[in-house]
Amino acid sequence: MKRSTIDIWVGAFVAAGFAGLLFLALKVGNLASFSTDKAYQIDAKFANIGGLKVRAPIKSAGVVVGRVSEIRFDNESYEAIVTFNVDAQYKFPRDTSAKILTSGLLGEQYVGLEAGGDAEMVKDKGRLRLTQPAVVLEDLIGQFIVNKAAEGKSSKEAK
Amino acid sequence: MAELRNWLERLGHIVTAKIWRLGFAARFFFYVLLHSGTALRRFGLTIREIYFAGVLSMIIILVSGLFVGMVLGLQGYDTLQRYGSGEALGVLVALSLVRELGPVVAGLLFASRAGSAITAEIGLMKATEQIAAMEMMAVDPIARVVAPKFWAGVISMPLLAAMFSAMGIFGGYLIGVQLIGVDEGAFWSQMQASVDVRNDILNGVIKSFVFGVAVTWIAVFEGYDAPPTAEGVSGATTRTVVTSSLAILALDFVLTALMFTGGTAK
Repeated sequence: MKRSTIDIWVGAFVAAGFAGLLFLALKVGNLASFSTDKAYQIDAKFANIGGLKVRAPIKSAGVVVGRVSEIRFDNESYEAIVTFNVDAQYKFPRDTSAKILTSGLLGEQYVGLEAGGDAEMVKDKGRLRLTQPAVVLEDLIGQFIVNKAAEGKSSKEAK
Repeated sequence: MAELRNWLERLGHIVTAKIWRLGFAARFFFYVLLHSGTALRRFGLTIREIYFAGVLSMIIILVSGLFVGMVLGLQGYDTLQRYGSGEALGVLVALSLVRELGPVVAGLLFASRAGSAITAEIGLMKATEQIAAMEMMAVDPIARVVAPKFWAGVISMPLLAAMFSAMGIFGGYLIGVQLIGVDEGAFWSQMQASVDVRNDILNGVIKSFVFGVAVTWIAVFEGYDAPPTAEGVSGATTRTVVTSSLAILALDFVLTALMFTGGTAK
């Protein structure tokens, strides 16, 4: 086989390889859809973050507006400080509240933002005051059992 | 007593021989790296080897990728729909291909398709004294024969793995969306939401690059170290396939442990 024919085949091979990589990066991965270069940071303190992970989505009205960029433990208040990377095109009022929610019954956890009514917007490196910790299933079940026991007692006393 | 001593002596001999070979292989690896100037300067040599190692492996890689993706589509859907999450099929197919199956299966195919050919060629060149003839003519056989083959393998392997993954995802799409009828929008959007470019795709590329280095290193070394007989060359070819397959699986475990355990949780 002549050199030139080989060159064409190798060229096609390399092009096909890069086409595969490009397909993986653009169509399969999320390179094009959400970039964090134009984002600002907000943080919030939570009493309990449950199973929240770094890179978990931040949703407002169900739309992904950012991702969790860092989770730290604050040694003074004994609470978790969660830093959000929010896409710069979305602005939130200062009294926005943050909740840790679960998608579906057993799904992954995400942060839900509910906009408040303040006229002033949260700035970069700002902090959200209103937070609601993650619901821990064990606590819920425990509460339920205690409530049931109390109910049984009060109905017995009524008799 | 004498029998035990005999047995211990033989064991010691085997261990020493293995360690000696490993040391020689490591020295050989650095020698190839040091003498790869010719392979990069006269890039035509490397291009010719990419043709043999990469282009000729393309058919088997593409066809296997398509079938692996289609099987993943069928099997994955069967399991996922029991939990009512058939739409997550795209995530399952893409993550398993990009993270694991793409690099590993492409690496195994590459080892048996191209690695064995490299070993056989170098081994036969040694058996027919072409290597010795090159040395007589003051041509360094490592720079002229081994290094181009090595770099061709290292360049081809990540490209082949990317093709394998892309083709596999296309196969999963064919089965999932076209045949079974998973919603097309959910298939792609859930895939895009959970496949990360850096954590998943880049790590897959790094894996395939490491496998490429390991497979071609083993292949050129076995060829160069083969006893110059017909039996020796056949043994070396077998050893290439066995050793590089084991190396791929072992390296895959180590790399997966490094890359994906607690990767998202800091």
